[in-house]
Amino acid sequence: MTQANTTSTAQALTLQDGVPGIVADWSSDQRAFKNVPWGKAMMWIFLLSDTFIFSSFLISYMTVRMSTTVPWPNTSEVFALTLFGKHIPLILIAIMTFVLISSSGTMAMAVRCGYQKNRKMTFILLMVTAALGATFVGMQAFEWSKLISEGVRPWGNPMGAAQFGSAFFMITGFHGTHVSIGVIFLIIVAVKVLRGSLDEQRPGFLTGRRGNYEMVETMGLYWHFVDLVWVFIFAFFYLW
Amino acid sequence: MAHAEGYHPAHAHAHAHGHGHGQPAVHQEEGQQHPIGIYFKIWGLLFVLSAASYMVDYLHLQGYLRWFLIIVFMLLKAGLIVAVFMHMMWERLALMYAIMIPLVFLMVLMGIGALEADYTFFTRGIYFVRGLF
Repeated sequence: MTQANTTSTAQALTLQDGVPGIVADWSSDQRAFKNVPWGKAMMWIFLLSDTFIFSSFLISYMTVRMSTTVPWPNTSEVFALTLFGKHIPLILIAIMTFVLISSSGTMAMAVRCGYQKNRKMTFILLMVTAALGATFVGMQAFEWSKLISEGVRPWGNPMGAAQFGSAFFMITGFHGTHVSIGVIFLIIVAVKVLRGSLDEQRPGFLTGRRGNYEMVETMGLYWHFVDLVWVFIFAFFYLW
Repeated sequence: MAHAEGYHPAHAHAHAHGHGHGQPAVHQEEGQQHPIGIYFKIWGLLFVLSAASYMVDYLHLQGYLRWFLIIVFMLLKAGLIVAVFMHMMWERLALMYAIMIPLVFLMVLMGIGALEADYTFFTRGIYFVRGLF
């Protein structure tokens, strides 16, 4: 005869730390990621898969750059600008980097204000983040048109190795697409915050899920990831 | 927690009843809340590190010193963004390891790519650019 186990679930189970904690979490019932809303765990999994996409781009860029017998164009000069009569190397990319890092800071503040239920401030910070993101995309559009007018094409360019163009358009294009999508979703989340959809837990228009301020943090994860990818692109494509 | 998930209020209700016998309900802090100072510090650090990596190019550093500095500044920036801005340092190890360990495979892919690229460069040297070797 089997006997039912009568354990009380009245108290929250204490979670273990360290390596036993990992084993306990992963072998536990129902959910492996404790203390994390499902949306946030899923965003992390998505970002991991996105990491693999961007890494594939960067690694293929590495292989074509290592294997070409033609000298690689000097990015320091290709992305130089003459500002106020002064020739400054790589300045456009440096400004873009600072714009994106600023937006990451405002996003972190927005997440914090969101959890404090400060609707107005969260809205303002999210819109500032979106504006900085849009500025970044605008500068990227300028950079693209400048290079295209100088004759850079995916199949060749006047400055050096033919693979430069394809790597450039593929990597920065994919990153710019991520930033653009991020700007759109920042505006959507900002509007949700402003009209109180998150406080009232109103269901969303697309998923029907109830609104909550963890959405702002999940949005933040995506936005910081876009900044994170730029850190690697800046290092490997522009500085190397 | 169940309340924060929002999509099955009945579950949240059951939990609220669960606390009914004598013990005070433990109020769980919602989400990740940290002092504002740490965000400003990391923000400032990211600016400094970005400026430093730009200086690597501006000062025309070359060779191993350039590559070393680029990698160091890149990893520091990436680490700060993931740890603090993305709140990874406050997450449980189960999530941290689930996200971090797969990145080892990328290192393997990079190694394979480098080997392959070296080989391609070598064969191109032999067959296409006779003057190279």
